[in-house]
Amino acid sequence: MGARVFAATLGQDVRLALAQAGGTLMPLMFFLVVLALFPLGLGSDSALLTRVAPAVAWVAALLAALLALDRLFGADFEDGTLDQLVTAGAPVALVALAKTLAHWLVTALPLVVASPIAGILFQLDGDAIARLALSLALGTPALSAIGTLGAALTVMVRRGGVLVPILVLPLLVPVLIFGVGAAAGGAQAMQAFYFVGALSMGALVVGPVATAAALRLAVA
Amino acid sequence: MSEFFAMGGYGAYIWPCYGLTLIGMVALAGWSFAKQRRLTREAERLKALGKESRQ
Amino acid sequence: MHYLANPARFVSLADRLLPWLAAATALAFLVGLPYALLFSPPDYQQGETVRIMYIHVPSAYLATMGYLGLGIASAVWLIWRHPLADLAAVALAPVGALFTGLTLVTGAVWGKPTWGTWWVWDARLTSMLVLFFLYLGYMALREAIEDPDKAGKAAAILSLVGLINLPIIKFSVDWWNTLHQPASLLRRDGPAMDPSMLTPLLIMLGAFSLYFVTVILWRIKAAVAAKRVDGLRRARAHAAQRARTAA
Repeated sequence: MGARVFAATLGQDVRLALAQAGGTLMPLMFFLVVLALFPLGLGSDSALLTRVAPAVAWVAALLAALLALDRLFGADFEDGTLDQLVTAGAPVALVALAKTLAHWLVTALPLVVASPIAGILFQLDGDAIARLALSLALGTPALSAIGTLGAALTVMVRRGGVLVPILVLPLLVPVLIFGVGAAAGGAQAMQAFYFVGALSMGALVVGPVATAAALRLAVA
Repeated sequence: MSEFFAMGGYGAYIWPCYGLTLIGMVALAGWSFAKQRRLTREAERLKALGKESRQ
Repeated sequence: MHYLANPARFVSLADRLLPWLAAATALAFLVGLPYALLFSPPDYQQGETVRIMYIHVPSAYLATMGYLGLGIASAVWLIWRHPLADLAAVALAPVGALFTGLTLVTGAVWGKPTWGTWWVWDARLTSMLVLFFLYLGYMALREAIEDPDKAGKAAAILSLVGLINLPIIKFSVDWWNTLHQPASLLRRDGPAMDPSMLTPLLIMLGAFSLYFVTVILWRIKAAVAAKRVDGLRRARAHAAQRARTAA
């Protein structure tokens, strides 16, 4: 049953997101618009842009990923799907993991793929562009996992949209720090890459378990 | 005495710190104490009312 | 019955302890404050500003302990469903948030004369800032969910994840700090503190801790009484309803 529920949840979420083009494209557009704003605010000094690029790209990715969390469980909660899953004794943690994976595929992966554009806009060289993309690829699963938890905790709140970033962003401080550290390069970059990967793995374990507890609570 | 308040020229930093901490801690303690007393009395009042109406 | 018996026993115990705790808190401050402000020597590097340490360090200690307590209470509430644990968590959050706020403000004011600027992205202050956001998130979530039982459990899940994350945040901020810190910053604490400063600091730590326990007990008492008031009100409304339908 576990595998079937997992596949069904994942498939449905990805299909839904692809059907309404907004699902994938809007966070991506948001990411690119925010990136384009920074040179306009900071000026076109290429040394400065190169220096701030990892941090700017990471913060923009963080915010773009959170943007898509708003309705992650909303529809399932309102139409009773969530209720059914829990009362049917489905492994809720697997459902949560499927949701996390769907969020990553639909929202985070496009950001990773688009991150070289950020590198070009901020005049990064090839190595720096690769580091940025790789750090985002390693770190975004943690964003998806903790973000899913935030969405599950606020599913009972009618206007949970603003609450999610308040709950989630402080928890993601380590991911941001090590992600930027890895993308920025230097002597400590290798270490930072390990930490980002470790954080993502940890978040993929803790996140779905906590999300399951929150979902059970929501439908109880 | 004034030497004590001047704090070697750093009075402007030290006193506001102590003052603010004092205000915050006294306000929190006062609020918590008053809330606790008000609710405990309210509970006793309601309990007494309940006993009365049952007799 | 088990549900009522535990908080009731707790309240009677708290009532017996509280006068002593309040008196001990007052006494500790009565000894600690003159010590901190008058009898302790100025630091050879920082001069008189070191006196801010006697409130800054205890505040930071209680801010961290408060979140630790919040996480432990949440775990006890989620695992064993002990009714007091949730009330303890409700009581702890605003107190911890206050001390986190006080740590930030006293840290900033201390920074002006020592570092020449109100705010430095020093590792400890930055960790405290994140801790402050964690407290705010906890209270915001609790406030946002209407059903108090669900609000308590959702907030408990959040604080448990926060508790797991806290050492990671601390580690990451320290790592980030060593990466970016200019080496010229004056460290606020020597490796070994002179006893003439350690004694008042320990007295103030004791005084702050006594205050913390006293206020937490008051707040738990308030939360227990609030639950009772709620229950009694509902019982009365129910009885009145029955009387009306019977008539």
